[in-house]
Amino acid sequence: MIRLIALRELRSLFAMPSTWFVLAALQFIFAWFFLARLDAFLEVQPQLAKIANPPGVTNMVAAPMFNTVALLLMMLVPLFTMRLIAEERRNQTLALLLSSPLSGLHIVLGKFLGLLVFLAVLIAAVPLMLYTLSFGTSLDNGLLLSNILGLFLLTAGYVALGLYISALTAQPVIAAIGTFALLFGLWLADISAVSGDSPWHAISPLHHFLNFNDGLLDSSDAAYFVLFTAVFLLLAIRRLHNNRRYG
Amino acid sequence: MSNTAPEITLSARNLARRFGNVQVVHGVSLELRRGEVLGLLGHNGAGKSTTLQMLTGCLLPDDAGDNLCSIDICGIDLLHHPVQAKAHLGYLPETPPLYRELSVDDYLVFAARLRGMKAAGVASALARTRQRCGLEAVGKKIIGTLSKGYQQRVGIAQAIIHEPDVIVLDEPTVGLDPAQIREIRSLIRELGDQGSVILSTHLLGEVESICDRIEIMQQGRLIYGGTSAHMQQHGSVSGFVVGLRNPPPLAVLESIEGIARVELLSDTQFRVLHAPEHDPRAELLTLAEQQGWQLEQLTPLQATLEEVFVSITDAETAAVARSAAGDRQPGPSDPGAER
Repeated sequence: MIRLIALRELRSLFAMPSTWFVLAALQFIFAWFFLARLDAFLEVQPQLAKIANPPGVTNMVAAPMFNTVALLLMMLVPLFTMRLIAEERRNQTLALLLSSPLSGLHIVLGKFLGLLVFLAVLIAAVPLMLYTLSFGTSLDNGLLLSNILGLFLLTAGYVALGLYISALTAQPVIAAIGTFALLFGLWLADISAVSGDSPWHAISPLHHFLNFNDGLLDSSDAAYFVLFTAVFLLLAIRRLHNNRRYG
Repeated sequence: MSNTAPEITLSARNLARRFGNVQVVHGVSLELRRGEVLGLLGHNGAGKSTTLQMLTGCLLPDDAGDNLCSIDICGIDLLHHPVQAKAHLGYLPETPPLYRELSVDDYLVFAARLRGMKAAGVASALARTRQRCGLEAVGKKIIGTLSKGYQQRVGIAQAIIHEPDVIVLDEPTVGLDPAQIREIRSLIRELGDQGSVILSTHLLGEVESICDRIEIMQQGRLIYGGTSAHMQQHGSVSGFVVGLRNPPPLAVLESIEGIARVELLSDTQFRVLHAPEHDPRAELLTLAEQQGWQLEQLTPLQATLEEVFVSITDAETAAVARSAAGDRQPGPSDPGAER
């Protein structure tokens, strides 16, 4: 059942021209940024060769690239999560799901996984681009893997949050703006908090991503993302149940 | 499935629902048997859709935890075992729940699988349902590009593709042209013979033509329940509209034997009411010929929903008053018995 809903979500996504447009535009932005970073790296490479233990191409190109994609996700994910439940409610298709032999868990997990698979495909282009560098040089696989894992966990967290906000309203645009405002607010609070042990750092997803970005695999960061995702998925299930109660 | 009484496929007791401070549905109880088409008749805003939403699990009734309130579908409690109970349901909401970006076939396959059909049986179910709903020609088309009538048919198709025991249709013939309405009505009749159907409508003619049993709903209460034939007696009004190009004075018409009342509709049209046992039409026709009134129209009166309501509520209030005077026992439709 979860797979069925996830596949329906994917099918609907790929049936819409806007999805293809966003996919194309993003690949273009990713590629542009990748080439710009690569260019900058090649320019400073002669000077880097002079210092002892210089930063490699993975550090200079891959890590900043992942960091930028993480920031882009903040704007990108709300565009996709806004439709998940708000649009079903607005088009009255939610009644089909609610009158089918499914629990709220099936609906929420199906939609979550469907969109996560789509976004995973979308951002998979980033490591693929970076791996083209391995034709000419050797890459730091550990750093790359840590970044890929971090980006995936970050996406999952964002999607879960967006799904919950989408379940709160019947207007996709409000869901998009709400999700973006929350993600942007968390990020702003995080970067404007100066003290190292500020609680804003602890609750900001991007702050936890930075450790992955540096190649630092900390189980507490992973646990944070799992918790973040689970909490919002549970809230979304609860909201769907209350949908039956409050109409 | 005994031979004497068909099994009960749906039974609901004491459904009540409020939105904010407005009580939309008051203590509604319904029963549906296999092989039956039940019509839920009422004006817009009478609480029909809300009742159907509760019957399909889209909306929880107030006091859902209460023992008084229950919804059973094929003997399974919808409120406590929603997943098992909903497997026996097919539901068409007021707005058909269509994913506009999918093709008709993809959508119907999704709906069938969603309702728990095994993948092996879906292809034949799809072919059968497309044929039944007249969707053979549009299987590959995108739902959003179809006309309103076709979209409504796709909505009906998704509700019946898994051959549920209980089919709930909320105003199924809205947006269809007359020919399609006839097709869909005969389809509903056919569905009612195998499973059981409950449909809501505000069209009196619709329930008369397809329903075995009728519940009339007004302001959140069921005010009348009975067979379709029984209701037609309530619905029949003894009277006709007559058009005379060269009409006599009103008093002359009124003096014809059997005519109880004549109302002037326009300069040449009259609404004539008469006692049911005495039809004055023959006499009127003779007179019209003799006196040169130039008859141009003679149409029997069709009862409107309003008139049926009035005649039913009048009859019930009278019955209540009689029984209250007799043994001081309030009848079931006494508004005071609710609270």
